[in-house]
Amino acid sequence: MSATPPTTQAAKGAKSPLSDRSRSEQRLGWKLAMPAFIVMVLVTGYPILQAVWNSFFAYRLTDPDNRRFVGLNNYLVSFTDQVFWSAMWMTVLVTIITVVVELVLGFIIALVMHRIVLPRRTLRTLVLIPYSIITVVSGFTWLYAFSTGTGFVNQWIQWMPGIDANYNWFGGFWSSLFVISLSEIWKTTPFMSLLLLAGLAQVDTSMEEAAKVDGASWLQVLIKVILPSMKAAVMVALLFRTLDAFRIFDNIFIMTGGANDTSSLSMLIYRQTIDRTEIGLGSALSVILFLCVLVIAAVFVKAFKVDLAEGRG
Amino acid sequence: MTRRRGRIAFVAAAGTAAALGLSACGGDSSASGGTQLTWWINPDGGGSDPEGGGQVQLAKECTAASDGAYTINFQMLPNSASDQRQQLLRRLASSDEGVDIMSIDPVFVAEFAEAGFLAQVPADMKSEFTEGVVPPAVTNAHWKDTMYAAPFWANTQLLWYRESVAKEAGLDMSEPITWDELIEAAKKVDTEIGVQASRYEGYMVWINALVEGAGEHIVQNPGAPGEELEFGLDTDGGTQAAAVIQKLADAKVGGPALGSTNETTSLDMFQNEKAGFMLNWPYVYAALKGAEVDWMDDLAWARYPRTVQGEESKPPLGGIEMGVNAASDDPKAAWEAVACLTSAESQTTYMLGTGNPAARTEVYDDSEIREQFPMADQIRTSLADSGPRPLTQYYGDVSSGIQRVYSPPGSVDPDTTPQQAESLLHAVLKGDALL
Repeated sequence: MSATPPTTQAAKGAKSPLSDRSRSEQRLGWKLAMPAFIVMVLVTGYPILQAVWNSFFAYRLTDPDNRRFVGLNNYLVSFTDQVFWSAMWMTVLVTIITVVVELVLGFIIALVMHRIVLPRRTLRTLVLIPYSIITVVSGFTWLYAFSTGTGFVNQWIQWMPGIDANYNWFGGFWSSLFVISLSEIWKTTPFMSLLLLAGLAQVDTSMEEAAKVDGASWLQVLIKVILPSMKAAVMVALLFRTLDAFRIFDNIFIMTGGANDTSSLSMLIYRQTIDRTEIGLGSALSVILFLCVLVIAAVFVKAFKVDLAEGRG
Repeated sequence: MTRRRGRIAFVAAAGTAAALGLSACGGDSSASGGTQLTWWINPDGGGSDPEGGGQVQLAKECTAASDGAYTINFQMLPNSASDQRQQLLRRLASSDEGVDIMSIDPVFVAEFAEAGFLAQVPADMKSEFTEGVVPPAVTNAHWKDTMYAAPFWANTQLLWYRESVAKEAGLDMSEPITWDELIEAAKKVDTEIGVQASRYEGYMVWINALVEGAGEHIVQNPGAPGEELEFGLDTDGGTQAAAVIQKLADAKVGGPALGSTNETTSLDMFQNEKAGFMLNWPYVYAALKGAEVDWMDDLAWARYPRTVQGEESKPPLGGIEMGVNAASDDPKAAWEAVACLTSAESQTTYMLGTGNPAARTEVYDDSEIREQFPMADQIRTSLADSGPRPLTQYYGDVSSGIQRVYSPPGSVDPDTTPQQAESLLHAVLKGDALL
C-alpha cells in the first residue's frame, strides 16, 4: 500500500485536519479561560481604572457633591510637596536596607539549612515562626521592646558605660528607621531564606564537585557556580521582597504613625484617603505607587534577563 | 433530578432567599413589634458586659424602660477617636441603616453634620438635651445654629499632683498657678510633669488648651469654608502657648520620651513616682485607686494651669455626644432612646460605673457621686470654664496639620512654629499641600 503524497496545491491551500483541530482547541481554550479573564478584569482592572479616573478629581468623602475635575493637579500637588519626597525617601531607604540585609541573612540561613541533614523539617518550621506572626503583632512586640521606660532594650543597655538608659528610640528619624527596619528584617528574613533554599536545591551538585576538583576555593564555588545557578531564585526573592518592602505600612503605622518624617508612601496614601477622605489626592498617590511598583518589576526582570516561564538563569 | 423538579427546587430556593432577604430588610421590628436600634459605642470601662456600668448597661436598662417600644443593640467602635471617626464616616457615607445612634467625639459633630450625616434634634426635645447641661458641651452639640447631637458625658483635664512634692517646691496650690510656675517647680525639685505630647489627638488637646488659655482660638471663624478659615496661632496668644511647650521641653521636665507620651504613659510616670505633676482626665483617680497605690493620701488635684499670668485657664473639653444617623429607619425612636440614655439617672450610673464625668450638672450633687469623686466640684467648674477644640468641618485636617508642625515638642519655636502651622493649614485647605 502506497500513500499518496498531497499535491503542492493541497499542501498550500487546503486546511489540514490537524490545523482545524488546533483552531478548535484554541477556541475552546479561550472559552474556558474567558470567565476567569472577565473576573480578573473586573476584580483587578476596574479598581485600577477607577483609581486613575478618581485621581483627576478633587473631592472628599464628606463632601461628595463638590466633585471637581482638576486634571493633573493632584499629581502636581504631590510631586511639588516636600512631604511626598520625604515619604519616597523613607520608602526607598527602608526597601534598600531591609532587602539587602534580608538577602545576606536569608542566604546564610538557607546555606545552613541546606547543609544540615537531620532536623531539616524542624529547623524550617522554627525559622518560619517570625514569618507566621502577623505584622501588627510583631510591630507591637518591637514597639514595646524599644519603649522608653518600660522596654527591655533600654533596661539591657543601661549596664553599658556611657549609654543613655532612657534613650527615646522613636524620638528621631534614624533611630525610628532602625527599629522599623529591624522589625521588618526579623519578620521577613525567613521568607527570603526559604525562597533561596528552594534555589539552592536546584544547583547542580556535580558542577560544584567539578569546581572543587579543579581546585576552586569555597568562595569561588559560591560566586562562580552556586550564585549563577540560583539566578532565577534570587531574582524571584528580590522581586517579591522589594515590591513588598516598597509598600511598607503596618510597622510604621504602629511604631511612629509617620512622626519624625517616617511616613512611607503607603502611609501617605492612608492619611490622604482614609484620614482626610481626600479621594482624589489619595488616588493620585496610589497610581504613583502602582507605577513605581511596575517600574521596579520591569527593572528586575530586565536586569536579570530571566525567562520566568522557564525558570532559567 | 428531572429538569421540571430542578426548576421547582430553584424557585423554592429563590423564594426562600427572597423571603429571608425581605425579613432582613424589615429587620427593624422585633418579634414583639418594637423597633430595633443599633448604638455604635466607643469602648469604655464597662466593656460589653450588660452589668459593667458602661454604655452596654445603659442600653439594657433603657431597653427595659422603653416597655417594648424599642430594643437598643450595640456595636463596638475602635479605641481611638480617629479610628472611631473613620469607621463611622465610612458607614454614614454609604447611608448604612445599621447605624441608628452613635457615640461621637465632640470635635467630629461639625464634620458629620456638615456632610448631612446627622439627623437634627427634634424641636420638642432640644430643651431636654440642653437644660442643666454644661454650656461647652451644648455648644459642641450644635453646628451652624442647629442642634445635631445630645451631650452624654463631658470630660475635662485637671492638674493632678502629689501634695508633698508641691509643698517641697514651695507652690501654693490654693491659688491658680501658671505653666511657668509649674515648670520651675518641677525643675527645682527634680521631678517630671506628665503631659500628652506624642503626635496624636491628645497633643492637640494640650496645644488647644494652651492657646485658649492665652485668650485665643485656633480657628477664628468657625463654619467658614476651608479656603477662608482664619487661624489664631500666629498671634501673641499663640506665641505664648508655643513658648510653654518650648520651655517644658527645654527644661527636660516632660520625661525622657516627651514626644512619645500619651495618657497612659503619663499615668505610668505619675504612678511610678517619676512625675510629681500630671495633666490628665478624671479617670486616673479610679485607675490609681484600682492600682492600690500606697500614696493615695498624697494625691491632690487643682484646676488646669494658666498659660499666662492673670488670664483664667481654659481646661480641655472632651467627652461624648450622641448623634442619630440621618439614614436611620426610625429617627424618632432613636431620639427617644437617646433621651433615656442621656438622662440624669443614666449619666449618674455611667459616671459611677466608668468614672467618666457627666454632662448634666445635677449629677455632681448626687451623694454617691460626691463620695466616689471627691474632686466632683473641681470637675464641674472645669467643665463650665472649659475651652472646646475648634468647631470646624475640617477639624481632622486642622488637628493633623498642627500635630505635624508642633512635633516633636523639642522642635517647637514660638518665633517660627505658629507661623509655619498656619501656612501649612492654609495650603492644605486650599488643596495645595499634602498632610
